[in-house]
Amino acid sequence: MNTAFEHPTYNYKVVRQFAIMTVVWGIIGMSLGVIIAAQLVWPELNLGLPWTSFGRLRPLHTNAVIFAFGGSALMATSYYVVQRTCQVRLISDKLAAFTFWGWQAVIVSAVITLPLGYTTSKEYAELEWPINILIAVVWISYAIVFLGTIKQRKTSHIYVANWFYAAFILTVAVLHVVNNAAIPVGALKSYSIYPGAVDAMVQWWWGHNAVGFFLTAGFLGMMYYFVPKQAERPIYSYRLSIVHFWALITTYMWAGAHHLHYTALPDWAQSLGMIMSIILLAPSWGGMINGMMTLSGAWHKLRTDPTLRFLVVALSFYGMSTFEGPMMAIKTVNALSHYTDWTIGHVHAGALGWVAMITIGSMYHLIPRLYGETQMHSNKLIAVHFWLSTIGTVLYIAAMWVNGILQGLMWRAVNADGTLMYTFVEALEASHPGYVVRWIGGLFWVVGMLLMALNVYMTVKRSNTESQPLPQTA
Amino acid sequence: MDMGTFRGITTLLILIAFIGIVVWAYSKRRRRDFDEAAHLPFADEQEDTQRDDYTSPDEVDSRQDRGDKNT
Repeated sequence: MNTAFEHPTYNYKVVRQFAIMTVVWGIIGMSLGVIIAAQLVWPELNLGLPWTSFGRLRPLHTNAVIFAFGGSALMATSYYVVQRTCQVRLISDKLAAFTFWGWQAVIVSAVITLPLGYTTSKEYAELEWPINILIAVVWISYAIVFLGTIKQRKTSHIYVANWFYAAFILTVAVLHVVNNAAIPVGALKSYSIYPGAVDAMVQWWWGHNAVGFFLTAGFLGMMYYFVPKQAERPIYSYRLSIVHFWALITTYMWAGAHHLHYTALPDWAQSLGMIMSIILLAPSWGGMINGMMTLSGAWHKLRTDPTLRFLVVALSFYGMSTFEGPMMAIKTVNALSHYTDWTIGHVHAGALGWVAMITIGSMYHLIPRLYGETQMHSNKLIAVHFWLSTIGTVLYIAAMWVNGILQGLMWRAVNADGTLMYTFVEALEASHPGYVVRWIGGLFWVVGMLLMALNVYMTVKRSNTESQPLPQTA
Repeated sequence: MDMGTFRGITTLLILIAFIGIVVWAYSKRRRRDFDEAAHLPFADEQEDTQRDDYTSPDEVDSRQDRGDKNT
């Protein structure tokens, strides 16, 4: 890469590496999603091979989008934001480089081991113990680089985005280590140290906080920096952001039990999970309103700025899915929604609508600046990408709502004599049209990501040619 | 102490902590600090050697004063 746009103070190299890999892993992870969505429509697409079967590709899809795409985006933006708001370079370039290569090594190991069938069978924590140790080492290095940089800061305050990033990094470290505590019995085989219902509770304590801290707190850090920057005005209420932070991180920890309603988990733990989930609505919406209101007086910018549109629509989807989540955590609603496609739809309202859209908006702000520009190559392409993503998300979640409610109602329908009205396969057949629509929604997303890759490529290429004649800044 | 009392006390403690955070965050004494902190994303723009896309907070305000209230 051209050294002409090396920043005099900041380490942009590691940010650039993570930013580019965000786009690459985004395309790979979402393409895998489209493939498994197609397998649910046309089951023959599993090719009759074990390595390409749904059960193995599905965890590869979730790992690729959450930890490869989302993780790279979080590391890119956190390293960028912490440097710019603390006005200091990362404490160690070498350790930062290690987090990049280490994280990529983790993902490549996932790409190899998951299709081969090596799995702990814990959702969102499928990777086997040697990879888990590597994750822990990389993650602790990441924490050292991030928190060490905050410690060296030249500003008196720690900007709120850094609080969210720090909470996300520390919590994920604790969750990962506790949930993956296991006894190895072979090179790639281990057993969890927790028995039965305790294992389930620990697993969903991790699972829901992977949502709450990895996919929420981290991306809220992104929101608190990139929404004000792109709107060119400070956050609506800094005070609300402080209340938002403390309320969100204290409440999220307790919500995981809602994944285990009507299971062997003690009833009081289920009720606690339900109540904490409902309370979560308040801090979630506080944060959403804070982000949205930042635009007050600047709404006209949405007409001309598709990057800002990505950020604001991400907040809308965040508000929508953080309303839907608490509602689905209510036991009586959960009795209908659990194990149906409604859950998948809810996850993707958050994952596509919130996580991916806030990431893409942030990347469109970030990437040109990393290459000494202020604009992406094509604003029109961003606008097209925006509509593809929005339509894709709506198609996806609408299809899953219909499927989910349909499945829930068909499964619980009983005849007068108490026997089930429908067989399982009848509900599956009725779900077929929804699966087709969901697959189309996914295709919209992948096409959008390919346009993004083209736009990024052109931006980097343009900045390379433009900066050729410039003397080196160093 | 029976479980009910324990739960009652923890609920009360958390309520007090929450009210404490709100009072602290919204106290008048903190106002200046928080305003300064809110502008941190824009604070390093002056020293930026790259293209200048900086809008100072004053400029945003004055733009609003000029009637830019497009809501």
